[in-house]
Amino acid sequence: MSDSPMAAPPNSSPPRPPASGLGAWLDQRTGWKQLLHEFLDERIPGGARWSYVFGSGLLFILLSQVVTGIFLALYYVPSADHAHTTVAYLVKVVTDGAFLRSLHAYGASIMVILLVIHMTQTFLFGSYKAGRELLWVAGCVLFALVLGMAFTGYLLPWDERSYFATAVGTNILSEVPLVGQWLKLVLRGGPDMGTLTVSRFFVAHVFLIPAALLLFVGLHLFLFRKAGPAGPPSGDAAELRRRAQTFYPRQLLMDAVMALLLIVILAALAHFRPVSLGPEANPADTQFIPRPDWYYRPVFQWLKYWEGPLSVVGILVIPGVLGGLLVLLPFYDRRAERRPGKRPVATGLFSVVLAGLVALGAISYYADYHDPAIAAQLRRQDEAERRFMEQPFEPEAQAPAAAPAAEAANPLVEQGRQIFTAQGCVACHGEGGAGTALAVKLTGIGQKLPPDELARLIRHPNARMTAGGMPPFPLADDQMKALIAYLDSLH
Amino acid sequence: MNASAEQEPLSAETLSPAERARRRLIGWMLGVSASVLGVLMAIPLVRVALYPLLAQAAANPWADLGPEDDFRSLTTPVRRVIQIRKLDGWRQITAERVVYVTKGADGKLEVLTAVCPHLGCEVQWNPDLGQFKCPCHGGTFAPDGRHLSGPPPRGMDPLPLSVENGRLRVQYEYFRNLVPTREVMS
Ligand code: FES
Repeated sequence: MSDSPMAAPPNSSPPRPPASGLGAWLDQRTGWKQLLHEFLDERIPGGARWSYVFGSGLLFILLSQVVTGIFLALYYVPSADHAHTTVAYLVKVVTDGAFLRSLHAYGASIMVILLVIHMTQTFLFGSYKAGRELLWVAGCVLFALVLGMAFTGYLLPWDERSYFATAVGTNILSEVPLVGQWLKLVLRGGPDMGTLTVSRFFVAHVFLIPAALLLFVGLHLFLFRKAGPAGPPSGDAAELRRRAQTFYPRQLLMDAVMALLLIVILAALAHFRPVSLGPEANPADTQFIPRPDWYYRPVFQWLKYWEGPLSVVGILVIPGVLGGLLVLLPFYDRRAERRPGKRPVATGLFSVVLAGLVALGAISYYADYHDPAIAAQLRRQDEAERRFMEQPFEPEAQAPAAAPAAEAANPLVEQGRQIFTAQGCVACHGEGGAGTALAVKLTGIGQKLPPDELARLIRHPNARMTAGGMPPFPLADDQMKALIAYLDSLH
Repeated sequence: MNASAEQEPLSAETLSPAERARRRLIGWMLGVSASVLGVLMAIPLVRVALYPLLAQAAANPWADLGPEDDFRSLTTPVRRVIQIRKLDGWRQITAERVVYVTKGADGKLEVLTAVCPHLGCEVQWNPDLGQFKCPCHGGTFAPDGRHLSGPPPRGMDPLPLSVENGRLRVQYEYFRNLVPTREVMS
């Protein structure tokens, strides 16, 4: 194509074909072609690789969690008296409801797995070095936020499993010196778990943490693009630059394959092994043995070893030191060396911690499996859950309204009732004077106002009543008497 | 970081026409497959969201009006509030609806819904006029529900009746408003 006379500034823009059509029209106003170029032509030193797909995989799962979460919210009510019923309704009645909920629940697990892989890789390849300190810190914050999402979301179905796991989870907080007890109260909205806990966790899960998550994902991506991909840990820099490839098409295709793989895994899990819902939380159940979801198992097991005065060490000091070491890693590990083999201390320490966590989780499952009493109770819990899933959905029953009052025995009252209806009082004050959105209820009015006062107000409503739409009713005395007799009879 | 000269060989604009065509083709393939996949993935979402509309509507509920004998010597229409049990999403509720028990032109018992066929206000029985009168736009109806005057396009709507063990039962239904013919809405 020949250069157009309106050629772009010399530094970047490609020579464009003559502008025409919708694309060009939009481009002149939005500059989307330049944006797309920025996005797709990012160069990756050493070229595209399969090992780079985990970051974009995380982004994809995040998107899936957002979308499935929004659709779950169509049926969810965040209160202790309705939460379980609404989730049961979703799972047992709504078409594809169980599938959707499973996508969301498995999505959380897959996200944790991908996070661990992504982080391990960044650590082993030393990709946090050379100007990528903030990128690493933002990633650590994201890790914490995702764990927070998993913790808060787990409670929301309000079944036995989620209730007791969260009761334990929040109890751990009270081990924190000084502010622990207070933290627990704030999180629960009181000393006990209850409906306020559900609203708090809901707000955290749906508004607060997602807002922070989006902010930090944005920051993480921005910092990533600013620093550029780190490329492989070894190899001659000039050689890697020479073999660089743009993000599009190779890396994008690899990322797309990863997304496809995630879709297939998620859909298969959700379809063949849908996540089940247990019986509604029963705080009085003293038998129930709480167990957290698998990704919290290592921490759960770890805490078991720390009791008594030393527990602060196990619960706060050691995790705090390890967490601090992890977050601040790029600030003290400043050598340029990135090859994992040449960084034995870092690689060794990281492997030990990771292996320790895996071992703790395994021990936790193993211990449960080998303690006959616990194993039997856990089996009973699973069995109860299975039975609950087999039962048909039971709607929340609203007590039937009181049977309409038997026809009044007193003829005066009955005459009054007819006046109440014929004059249209019933249209605003409701059947039996029960009140509607338009006007106040009249039950018990006879106890509050003397008959002549009532009669006066009906004939000449006061300013407030008039403003509310009450017209004057100039009734004859005997009619008024009947009406007031009827009003008196309303309770 | 790098001198821009070094990046030159990679920039999209310096690609050969063949390479450009290849990139465009891949772009199309990606776009098409992503769209197909996106539509597929939207299916469960749409099914979840539209469940209340796609679900088989429950049959209209029947409600009890009391012993049939109570209505034998009826001279004017009487107002009754019936209670119908129905599902409202995940709750079972009792809804109250107003009906009038009256006698048709042939002298047989009839139950009329109080919903005005004009814009749906609650029609009231006015004993002084001996007529039904709608409070909203003043439509009037005879005691058997025939349309007498005002904007309603037809008379009041009768509901299906049955007698079981001597008790009068009525099936509550809604009718399409603003049309001269009666159409039950499901
Ligand atoms: S709604 Fe009854 S007359 Fe208009």
